[in-house]
Amino acid sequence: MMGFIWFWLVAVMIVGYVVLDGFDLGVGVLHLFLVRTEAERKAALASIGPVWDGNEVWLLAGGGTLYFAFPLLYASAFSGFYLPLMIVLWLLILRGISLELRNHVEVGVWRALLDGVFGLASVLLTIFFGAALANVLRGVPLQADGYFFLPLWTNWQPGVQPGILDWYTVIGGLVALVALTLHGALWLTIKVSGDLAQRARRIVTPLWLVLAALTVVSLVATIAVRPASLYNYFNYPFTFVVPAGVIASLAGIWLLNRKAQPVKAFLCSCLYLFFMLAGACWGLYPTLLPATTGADRNITLQNAISGPHTLAVGLVWWSFGMALAACYIVFVYSKFRGKVDLSSAGH
Amino acid sequence: MTPELIHRLHFAFTITFHYLFPQLTMGLALLIVVLKSVALRTGSEQWDRAARFWGRIFAINFVFGVVTGIPMEFEFGTNWARFSRLSGGVIGQPLAMEGVFSFFLESAFLGLFLYGEKRISKLMHWFSAVMVFVGSWISGFFIIVTDAWMQHPVAFDRLPNGQFQVLSFWQLMLNPWGLLQYAHNMTGAVVTGSFVMAAVGAFYLLENRRQAYGRIFLKVGVIAGLVSTILIIFPTGDMHGKYVARNQPVAMAGMEGLFKTEAGAGMVLMGQPNELTGQIDNPIVINDALSFLIYGTTKAEVKGLDQFPQDQWPTALPLLFYAYHIMAGLGTWFVLLMVVSAFLLWRKRLENTRLVLWALLLSFPLPYIANTAGWMTAELGRQPWLIYGLMRTSEGYSNTVSASNGLFTLLGFMGLYALMGLLFTVLIYREISSGPEPAVHAD
Repeated sequence: MMGFIWFWLVAVMIVGYVVLDGFDLGVGVLHLFLVRTEAERKAALASIGPVWDGNEVWLLAGGGTLYFAFPLLYASAFSGFYLPLMIVLWLLILRGISLELRNHVEVGVWRALLDGVFGLASVLLTIFFGAALANVLRGVPLQADGYFFLPLWTNWQPGVQPGILDWYTVIGGLVALVALTLHGALWLTIKVSGDLAQRARRIVTPLWLVLAALTVVSLVATIAVRPASLYNYFNYPFTFVVPAGVIASLAGIWLLNRKAQPVKAFLCSCLYLFFMLAGACWGLYPTLLPATTGADRNITLQNAISGPHTLAVGLVWWSFGMALAACYIVFVYSKFRGKVDLSSAGH
Repeated sequence: MTPELIHRLHFAFTITFHYLFPQLTMGLALLIVVLKSVALRTGSEQWDRAARFWGRIFAINFVFGVVTGIPMEFEFGTNWARFSRLSGGVIGQPLAMEGVFSFFLESAFLGLFLYGEKRISKLMHWFSAVMVFVGSWISGFFIIVTDAWMQHPVAFDRLPNGQFQVLSFWQLMLNPWGLLQYAHNMTGAVVTGSFVMAAVGAFYLLENRRQAYGRIFLKVGVIAGLVSTILIIFPTGDMHGKYVARNQPVAMAGMEGLFKTEAGAGMVLMGQPNELTGQIDNPIVINDALSFLIYGTTKAEVKGLDQFPQDQWPTALPLLFYAYHIMAGLGTWFVLLMVVSAFLLWRKRLENTRLVLWALLLSFPLPYIANTAGWMTAELGRQPWLIYGLMRTSEGYSNTVSASNGLFTLLGFMGLYALMGLLFTVLIYREISSGPEPAVHAD
């Protein structure tokens, strides 16, 4: 029971991270080619300025929760994905620094450089995050002692000894890139005004078409790479509501964006990300990290979970702390609601 | 080049660079609350501008602290997998709590403090500053709890698979080692904050520019500096030292360079530990002082390294000795400087005493060195243990990450951090040059 609860609590943290940091990553991708003037760029970046750091906290708090609840998984996955994780860290560093510091330097080459770094780091991070999730879904070559070490790529095939990047995980990376770019476009449609908002709204259409195609491809590919993903769905057929939710929220994005209801379209995009991630988690449960080297080496809830006392106490402070956090988050977003007003952007 | 050494260096380098930023933000958060409180009480626009100025310095430091902090959490898993696998159930708890209780709070209110001043009331803006302070100090607490458990493991048992499990949540949180270390460490952060603020004040006065702000910074910096430099020695440093002497006597013997057990042990002020001969080269000693400082009597016996098997000695003995002595020596200088400055401030002569202003200006890097040396003392003193008495450092690093993979990413971090250090220096220089008046500031 504790295992079930903590599995889904970690999933909640991941969904929270993707939905929230997702739109600021998306804005990072978009600002590379969507904005035309410095004023527009300022508006786009001001729309995420007060919140991006708080959004990134979900990654840290989620990592901490994972570490605490499933130490074996944390130890095995983080050391096994050593090289790509270090690259992710470097990208997170470059992204945060370039976003915060652009306003501290004058308009010109230096600011353009920082903006370029911010955009490029955002693009690469979305791809890495998508590929990371796909790596977990595909499985890794776990040794008998529960560890592994993955090279960046081998023969691009998801076999027994895959690399971080193969054709399947690249699809995962692309899904994340397109989904989060779309998510960011909808956020911009809400937060900025004028010509930029129109362009953000228009770009949703092509992005949506690509995303719809990629969603179908990734679903089929996941089933092909790890047929066991379907096991839970056939055992509990009512859970097919999750893939149905994916389709419904995709449709919702399309319709509501056409009707110029950006807030509702953005919420549908949040739901899309939620259903995609929930569907992936449910496809794994109760496995945490499948082994390509044989199912008996899978890292599962049973063999990775922390002691029962730890988890029982953790449930108390986690619920209390996240309820508090939800209050600050709602408060901050409500204070910064509405279109970006550049005259009141401080700092 | 063993993997153990590379993984140790990897963590040591990244955390040392990281801690340059939080030690300032934690100290500055308190001082910004002071500035905002005066502004709120007196309605003074000048104090509000002073708070906004330090808010900008804070913001730059905060971002550097955040982005260099994320690797720290990751490195538990990437570089210290075997340690994490066994101890995650214990130390994962304070690390997760830091995210849940501190970072959400801190980031939310910092957003309001920096970007929302025109959207919220004056009182709410003051409250945001207070919440940023609370958040950053909670964050420090959970990190100290994590370290304290590794220094002085309490309230645990072991599951059949070898994992550590917490038996009592409150005993973990209220670990006496942690409480002492927290008091000492946070005082150290205030020392850094007040020296930096006083140095900028001294700089403005020496340059004959923005004297009004220079006086504010000097006043707040010197008063906070006087209080914190005294507190860091007594009682926090004194109590922490005594606790180390009782619970990690071998670490204390290493810090003091005490090779042989002595009744009426002397305190070495300067010297070089010689591991081959087992004595201190060219020592300057105060007789009986060590016995007195630890046990309150000059005749007490203090255990030397000879009481312990050599495989339990701290592994980097001279480094530990130097780190500890640099910390203690600088601490003495801090009190001297702040007592003199505070006296002159009280007599209203500080702003005209250029020699002391110069000393304040040039002393701002020293608290960074002292805080770093203090952490080196704590962590080198714990060696060869990762969890004191329970797990050796050689049993904790990631087996699957080879030495050269570790070296590769360590070099990557060194390059990136060197670049960031330059960028940081330029940005802070520009902020200090453009000063607190808004019209001068670029956009």
